[in-house]
Amino acid sequence: MGLQGITYLIVGATFALYIGIALWARAGSTKEFYVAGGSVHPVLNGMATGADWMSAASFISMAGLIANMGYGGGLFLMGWTGGYVLLAMLLAPYLRKFGKFTVPQFVGDRFYSKGASTVAVICLLAASLTYIIGQMTGVGVAFSRFLGVSNTMGVFIGMAIVFVYAVFGGMKGITYTQVAQYCVLILAYTVPAIFISLQLTGNPLPQLGLGSDMVGTDVALLTKLDQVVTDLGFGKYTTMTRLSQLNMFVYTVSLMIGTAGLPHVIVRFFTVPKVKDARSSAGWALVFIAILYTTAPGVAAMAKMNLLKTINPGIVSGALTDVTAPDAQITYDERPEWMKRWEVTGLLKFTDKNGDGRIQYYNDKSKDPKFAAAGWAGNELTVNADIMVLANPEIALLPNWVIALVAAGGLAAALSTAAGLLLAISSAISHDLLKEKFMPDLSEKGELLAGKIAMACSIFVAGYLGLNPPDFAAGTVAIAFGLAASSIFPALMLGIFSRTMNKEGAIAGMLAGLGVTMLYVFAHKGLFFIKGTEFLGLFGGKANFFFGIEPNAFGAIGACVNFAVAFAVKRMFPAPPEEIVALVESVRIPRGSKEIGGAH
Amino acid sequence: MQHDSVGYWKATLALIRNVLIVWFVVSYGLGIILAPALNSIKLGGYPLGFWFAQQGSIYIFVALIFYYAKAMGKLDEKFDVHED
Repeated sequence: MGLQGITYLIVGATFALYIGIALWARAGSTKEFYVAGGSVHPVLNGMATGADWMSAASFISMAGLIANMGYGGGLFLMGWTGGYVLLAMLLAPYLRKFGKFTVPQFVGDRFYSKGASTVAVICLLAASLTYIIGQMTGVGVAFSRFLGVSNTMGVFIGMAIVFVYAVFGGMKGITYTQVAQYCVLILAYTVPAIFISLQLTGNPLPQLGLGSDMVGTDVALLTKLDQVVTDLGFGKYTTMTRLSQLNMFVYTVSLMIGTAGLPHVIVRFFTVPKVKDARSSAGWALVFIAILYTTAPGVAAMAKMNLLKTINPGIVSGALTDVTAPDAQITYDERPEWMKRWEVTGLLKFTDKNGDGRIQYYNDKSKDPKFAAAGWAGNELTVNADIMVLANPEIALLPNWVIALVAAGGLAAALSTAAGLLLAISSAISHDLLKEKFMPDLSEKGELLAGKIAMACSIFVAGYLGLNPPDFAAGTVAIAFGLAASSIFPALMLGIFSRTMNKEGAIAGMLAGLGVTMLYVFAHKGLFFIKGTEFLGLFGGKANFFFGIEPNAFGAIGACVNFAVAFAVKRMFPAPPEEIVALVESVRIPRGSKEIGGAH
Repeated sequence: MQHDSVGYWKATLALIRNVLIVWFVVSYGLGIILAPALNSIKLGGYPLGFWFAQQGSIYIFVALIFYYAKAMGKLDEKFDVHED
C-alpha cells in the first residue's frame, strides 16, 4: 500500500476510535455536557488536559519555530510548561473549592456584579477565538498535506470537520476521547523522534540524543549544527536569542501567566473530585505535557540538521567545507520526493533566482560577502515553519506508517484543542451571557442550541481569519495567551489573593489590560487581524516600539497595566461587602468543598 | 470548630513564595538572564544555559508541582482543614 493509502487508513482508524468513545459516553444533561459530573481521576484528567492543551501550536508548529529560532525557541518551552506551576499553586485549588464551573461565574460572584462577569466573557472570547485561528492554521497545514490539496482548501475541510466534531459530543465524551487523543498524539510525536535520534546520534532518547555526538564522529550534534547554520549566514543555534533578552523574558512571562488564565485549561480543574486532586492534577497534566515538550527541542534541531543535510549533503557529511562551492548544494531536479509533495500545498517554494538550477538555502540578510561572490542572488527555498514537524519523518526517509501516524497525531492535537475551546466559548455565550444576563428563562434545550450556534459562528470566523493568519500557528496562539494573560489571569489572582479588591477595580483592570494589549497587537497585525488595517503609523511607524517588545509578548505588559489600574481604581470606590470577604476566606480553605453542582 | 485560618494562610503563602523562588531561578535566572554565562559550561553536548532553557527547567517544574501538592497536603492536615 502506498503512503496515501496508509495515511487514510491510520487517520480513519483513529477518527473511528474517537467517535466510538464519544458515542459510548454521550452527554445527557447540561451539567454533564460541560464538566462530566466532577468525577474524573487525576491521572486521566491529566492526560485529557494534556490533549486539550497540546494543540496544533505545540504539535505541528512549535518545533518548526524552534528549528528557526534556536535557543530563543526556549521561550515556548519554558512559557508553556512553567505556567502549570502557577496554575497548580495560585488558581486550581481555589477555583475548585469555589465550586462553579466557568471562569465568568467565578468573576461574577467574587466581584458581586454581572458587569464583571460580562467583561470576563468578552476577555474569554477574545482569547479563545484568537486561539482557534491558530488551530485552523495548523489544521489547514495538516489537511493540505494529508489530502494533497492547497492550504486554503485544507482550511475549509478543517472547518467542516471541527464543526462536526465539536458539536457532536459534550465534555464527558470529550474527556475520554481526549485520553485516546493524547495517546495517539504522543505516540505520533515520539516514535519518529526516536527513529531520527537513533539515525543521527545512536541514542534512542531525543532528550539525550540532542546532547550527544553525531553518529560515527566525536562532534556534538549541537556543535555541528552551530557550525553549519553559521556557515550559511544564520545566527548560532545554541545562543541566538529572540530579538533581545528583555523581549525573551517578557515573552516567557506572557506565555506562563497566559497558561494560568486560559479558560479551557482552568475548567479542567473543576472536573476533579477534590481540592487535593486539583493540585496533583496540574502535576499530572504537566508530566504528560513534558513528554512532548522535552522531545520537541530534539525534533527541532534534528529536523533542521536533516533539512540542511538534504540540501547541502557534502557540507553536513564533512566532505566539503566551503558552502558556496558549486557542487555543495543539490540541484532542483535531484530534490527528494517529500519536497515535491509539499510543493503541492504551496507551503514549500523554490525559485531559482540565479538560474543555476541548484538550491541555495541561506540567510540572504547576512553581510558575509562570500555569498554574493559565489553568484548567489538571494535565498531560493522557503519552507513554512509550520510544515517542519509533519515533514520531519519524510525528510528522514522513515517508513510510510510513521509518516501517516504523524498526520493522525497532528489532527488529533488540533481537533482536541479546538473542541475544548469551542466548548468554553459555547458555555460562555449560552450560559454566562444569554442565560445569566439577557434571557433568564432560557430552557436547558435552548441553552444547548445557543451554545451550538455560538460554536458554528466561532468556527466560521476563525476559519476565515485562519486563511490569512496573523502569524505561524504557534505565534497566533501566543497572541491568544497574551490576551488571557492581560485580562483573565490578573482578575482571578486579585479575586483570590486580595480580600479587599472591589468590583470597580477588577472591571477597570480587565478592560485596561485587554484594551492595551489589543491595541498593541492590532497596531502590528491589523484590526481584528484583518490584513491591511495595521496602524503602526500612529505610534511612529516602528515595529516593536515599546522597548523592542514584539506584539506576541505584550500580554505580560498588559497584565502589569491590569494590576496597576485595578489597585488605583479600587481606592476610589467602597470596599466589597462583608459576605464577599467571607467568600474569599472560605475559598482559601479546602474543607467543605462540594461536588460541583450545576448551580443555575 | 474554629480553625487557625490566619496561620494556615500565612503558611500557604510562605510555601508558594519558596516554590516561586525556585521556579524563577531555573527558568528566568539560569535559562535566560545567566544563560550566556552558563553556556561556557558543557553538559554532555549541551551548553548549560541552552539546556536549562530547553530541557532542565521543564523537569524542575514537574518536580515543583508534586512537591507543592505534597507539602500542601501536610499543611492541610496540620491545620486540620483537609477534606473528609
